[in-house]
Amino acid sequence: MKTALFDGYFDDSHDAFRDVCRRFAREQIAPHATEWEEAGAFPRELYALAAKAGVLAPNWPEAYGGGGGDVFHGIVAGEELQRGGSTGTVVGLGSLGIALPPILNLGTDAQRQRFMPPVLAGEQIAALAITEPGTGSDVAGVRTRAVRDGDDYLISGAKTFITSGVRADLLTVLARTSDDPHQGLTFFVVERDMPGFSVSRALKKTGWWASDTAELAFDEVRVPVANRIGPEGSGFLALMQNFEAERLMLAVNGHALAECAFDEALAYAKQREAFGRTISRFQAIRHKLADMATQINSSKALTYASAARMQAGKPAMIEVAQAKNHAAAVARDVCWEAVQIFGGMGYMRESPVERLARDARLLPIGGGTNEIMREIIAKGLGV
Amino acid sequence: MNIGVCAKISPHADARIKIKSDGSGVDTKGEKLVVGDYDEYAVEEAIRTKEAHKGAVTAFTVGATSDEKLVRSGALALGVDKAVLISDDAAVNAGPLGTAKLLAAAIKEAGCEIVFTGKAATDDGNSQVSAMIAELLGWAQVSQVTKFAIEGTSFTATRAMDAGVLQIVSGSLPVVITCEDGLNDPRYPKLPDIMKAKRKPLSKIGAGDLGLADVAATSSESNFAPPPPRPASRIIEGDAASAAQELVRLLREEAKVI
Ligand SMILES: Cc1cc2nc3c(=O)[nH]c(=O)nc-3n(C[C@H](O)[C@H](O)[C@H](O)COP(=O)(O)OP(=O)(O)OC[C@H]3O[C@@H](n4cnc5c(N)ncnc54)[C@H](O)[C@@H]3O)c2cc1C
Repeated sequence: MKTALFDGYFDDSHDAFRDVCRRFAREQIAPHATEWEEAGAFPRELYALAAKAGVLAPNWPEAYGGGGGDVFHGIVAGEELQRGGSTGTVVGLGSLGIALPPILNLGTDAQRQRFMPPVLAGEQIAALAITEPGTGSDVAGVRTRAVRDGDDYLISGAKTFITSGVRADLLTVLARTSDDPHQGLTFFVVERDMPGFSVSRALKKTGWWASDTAELAFDEVRVPVANRIGPEGSGFLALMQNFEAERLMLAVNGHALAECAFDEALAYAKQREAFGRTISRFQAIRHKLADMATQINSSKALTYASAARMQAGKPAMIEVAQAKNHAAAVARDVCWEAVQIFGGMGYMRESPVERLARDARLLPIGGGTNEIMREIIAKGLGV
Repeated sequence: MNIGVCAKISPHADARIKIKSDGSGVDTKGEKLVVGDYDEYAVEEAIRTKEAHKGAVTAFTVGATSDEKLVRSGALALGVDKAVLISDDAAVNAGPLGTAKLLAAAIKEAGCEIVFTGKAATDDGNSQVSAMIAELLGWAQVSQVTKFAIEGTSFTATRAMDAGVLQIVSGSLPVVITCEDGLNDPRYPKLPDIMKAKRKPLSKIGAGDLGLADVAATSSESNFAPPPPRPASRIIEGDAASAAQELVRLLREEAKVI
């Protein structure tokens, strides 16, 4: 959808980087998207390929192997990689975006030097492990424990729904170091080969098929103090900071998904014929497309404006919560209507909009549910 | 080593070409513009040559002032060190010979020892400028190069000829190397380099700055027209064996191509 409406957010460097991301999606993802989605995984080598092309971590510091870009370079990558046609691949590649911030923000320089470069180079996979079988929205309910034992901690518990968890080499794990609900939480880096750590199972999902999602078990995993990120009790606050960027990228995924579905539906409507004319000539279909285009722009407007606040270093928790909820609703509606425009073909696994509609269902759940976003927004309203 | 590369900004290979309403040329307004396909190989080879032998790469472009952005993203962001954009009215209206004169003069002024160019521009595909540059400079030229190496002041270039025949040409610098598909695999620009490219030196000059008064095209172009629309495809029904037979019959009797 061509529009100059949002030009003010993007300069020449974003445009040039968009070309790089688009080329990567077209050459490295699109030809394999269906195969990877059906197989439930994309090849591990893609992380390194993406890093080499510079699309894996555009807005991470250059000093650790990132692209040195800003929030909008990250947005460009999120939008363009989605065009490869596999949301699962995009979010799988993106798990470092939620796993590394605690290390960047709270870690010592030695920890950053040790953990970040291999991940940003695509040689290692990183995942964030917060959610547990017994608690998700209520982060203060985390029960996985880390008990000090000399120069180590012993971590025991379970985590679930962990993106990239099946293959992760390092996991940023939130564990309880004391009973205080909020002040008792601390991040640790658990490495794959540490005895006591295991992947209990790979989970099957509604969408995001190419992304592996794991349930994990920790049975007295011995983790050296050197792997504790920040002082004891610093985990909850760090997590809250983490959420803003995660939710922004989910909001971006919402309008990116919707735009892909819209493009497919527009092209289909222009060539599918019924009653002697292309279906795009029926007002019912034309107006649907008009509404879809309007919704997508409304979602972009809110998301870009929130991102600009983040870029300027201003607080944006409430704005990002609104952007995420709105994007999730737009993605839901636009994908639903795109399926409708495709008719029976829209319900078939071989049509791209069928996949997008399934993928969109994650958005009001992951990274904090729709209800939790509304709680944040309502709190901002003083109610 | 002082390396030059000529890079023309042309519509992207996927662009839908529109003809201006008066038939005087191609309308590139609103089209996505990039460094041309073959010129991408030239840029890549120039950078690889620098990486292997030290030195610096200068890109030369004859084009519109608005091409600056694309020279930055399509050459400077990849590792070219500086750029010369020849972009006054005279340059924009120069034909192949005028363009070659401008480029040759700029290359001479920059003191290059080797220049890479694409086999042809992606838009008009004239394939004239590279040979003309070599002639104007009094240098050797090797065309359609698919493999290239330098040792000291000598080079070896492999040329792709018809029917898969390869010709190996060697000689000494200076030389114009005209790059063919398959010479290399052009890299992606890295984001930090895209941002650094904003600050790399790019000089915008005109024909007068190169001491050239007359570079106007010696021929004129008119009556551009789109190709005739392709006839609708025909689908041959039936099982593989009978469909193949029918296909052969159609190719022989109707299309008369076999
Ligand atoms: C595909 C996928 C990938 C994921 N990846 C990761 C990951 O990489 N790392 C990770 O740690 N987690 C991950 N998650 C987990 C995700 O963050 C949680 O599922 C989410 O936060 C919700 O938690 P829950 O599933 O425990 O739901 P619950 O918290 O049990 O919520 C159930 C329902 O109750 C509602 N509810 C809960 N509390 C309130 C309240 N106060 N007011 C109103 N309603 C409320 C919720 O909104 C929801 O509708 C992933 C989830 C999915 C589906």
